[in-house]
Amino acid sequence: MYIISLAASTAGETADKIAKAGLAAILGYAVVFFGLVLLMAVITIMGKVMASKTAAATKPAAPAPAPAAAPAPAPAPEIPAAPGSAGEVKLFDVPDKEAAMIMAIVADKMQRPLNELRFKSIKEVKK
Amino acid sequence: MDFNIVDTLSTLVRTSGFAGFFAAGGWKNLIMIAVACVLLYLGIAKKFEPLLLVGIAFGTLLTNIPGAGLYHMAMWDAYVYGVPYDATNDRMLYDAEKNIKYFDEEEFEETGIVKLTQEYKDSITQDEKELEIIAELSFTDVAHLGGLLDILYIGVKAGIYPCLIFMGVGAMTDFGPLIARPSSLILGAAAQLGVFLAFFGAICMGFAGKEAASIGIIGGADGPTAIYLTTQLAPALLGPIAIAAYSYMALIPMIQPPLMRALTTEKERSVKMEQARTVSKTEKIVFPIVVAGFVILLVPSTAPLIGSLMFGNLLRETGVTERLSDTAQNGLMNIVTLFLGISVGATTVAARFLTARTLMIIALGLIAFAFSTVGGLLVGKLMYKLSGGKINPLIGSAGVSAVPMAARVSQMEGQKANPSNFLLMHAMGPNVAGVIGSAIAAGYLLAVFG
Repeated sequence: MYIISLAASTAGETADKIAKAGLAAILGYAVVFFGLVLLMAVITIMGKVMASKTAAATKPAAPAPAPAAAPAPAPAPEIPAAPGSAGEVKLFDVPDKEAAMIMAIVADKMQRPLNELRFKSIKEVKK
Repeated sequence: MDFNIVDTLSTLVRTSGFAGFFAAGGWKNLIMIAVACVLLYLGIAKKFEPLLLVGIAFGTLLTNIPGAGLYHMAMWDAYVYGVPYDATNDRMLYDAEKNIKYFDEEEFEETGIVKLTQEYKDSITQDEKELEIIAELSFTDVAHLGGLLDILYIGVKAGIYPCLIFMGVGAMTDFGPLIARPSSLILGAAAQLGVFLAFFGAICMGFAGKEAASIGIIGGADGPTAIYLTTQLAPALLGPIAIAAYSYMALIPMIQPPLMRALTTEKERSVKMEQARTVSKTEKIVFPIVVAGFVILLVPSTAPLIGSLMFGNLLRETGVTERLSDTAQNGLMNIVTLFLGISVGATTVAARFLTARTLMIIALGLIAFAFSTVGGLLVGKLMYKLSGGKINPLIGSAGVSAVPMAARVSQMEGQKANPSNFLLMHAMGPNVAGVIGSAIAAGYLLAVFG
């Protein structure tokens, strides 16, 4: 009888321990999510504030009235940045694949990791 | 001068390391030396995380050479348990497994004098007066009594090396992709699933809470975080946990792709993501300051890791501390990597490493890695649906923080589905978010079990 009750109490303790561990695991995962979602909100707000400040800083300089005499030359068409990149590299007649290869070769030759380099534009020189 | 050539040769043979292999349990040292050679092979020939694995493997080799005396496990156990240490016999005056203390605890607490039990006196060959007993070990005692690896291990025990490595990681990391797409943080959070599942699994397998927490953090795929947390919570498991963490990080190109292909469709994998916005220099400078302040306020126990990571990143982004950034990325990082690798390897003492628990830790580590990948992928799929197919779910698996290996795997799998797909920079967002996520997970576990 004693052995049976001892076994039952041990099983009960184990079940309690496992239940508490499950709760701690769920709470932990929730804390990580909650923390990073809050951080996401903070970064988003920070980005918006920075963008509005940049816009406000550039606004007064923009509307300078142009002299009516000579028509301003047409602005050069904006070259779209390379797709699939978080950077601002602009490609002039260079396919994505070749651009990626060029960047990898430059990084290799310079013995520097690719994420430490900033490519502004890649242009094919035609002779 | 009394010189007997036979006695001298006999003493030399008895005290040599070779004789140690034939002493009780000496065969375990031989097995550990073989393990060290396998790890060296994996690091050198297969290039599995060589910068750390080679150091860990050589530490394993050195610590398991009988008689070398480079690392004293009993001394560190005495330090951890806060009990007296017999420096003459390299023994802690406490058997943790049987919970037997070999000294009068009450008298020690009242007077500070260590009175040995008769059982302990019977087990040693020297007279009690000949023993050098250290009542309360400090790092100064370790520096005085310890071997080379004991002294180097102080940096691990004090939590210095992992934090310095984090500083270097911060100085090497461009958080631009994360700032440009803050939703990456959700993927970084999702990919911590394995941490908590492995923690739960470890409890079910009979590990204590602190041990289970240290095992779980393997799923964070972040070596310094795993080492930091284990040193604080379960230092006895440091060797197996560090080896499991770094081995699985090296094996990410083998562990992740099958899961990625199983959980995503060809159509999902071939999604080309839109270019993220350009991040200004000011944003990059403000980011580490905001993140350090915010995350440390939220989970204060993350302060050493997040503080170091963000300080390193600030050095990189300010543009006025290039020399410091360069030192953090290269010189300091290399020195600390050297010390960390060899001293973590030193903890793989045969008597502690060759147990069934090590095999369980290695199995749980694999489960942790796999489920972290699954967590990231599933939330990646959810984001794919919610965004109307604009987000490639493959970037979710990069939420495990192994930087940049996990992001590279996302890039490779994405390109297999669509050769014109360039996911690398998109995957770097969740990848660096995973570093922050695993530090928060470690901070939570430290707050609960520390």
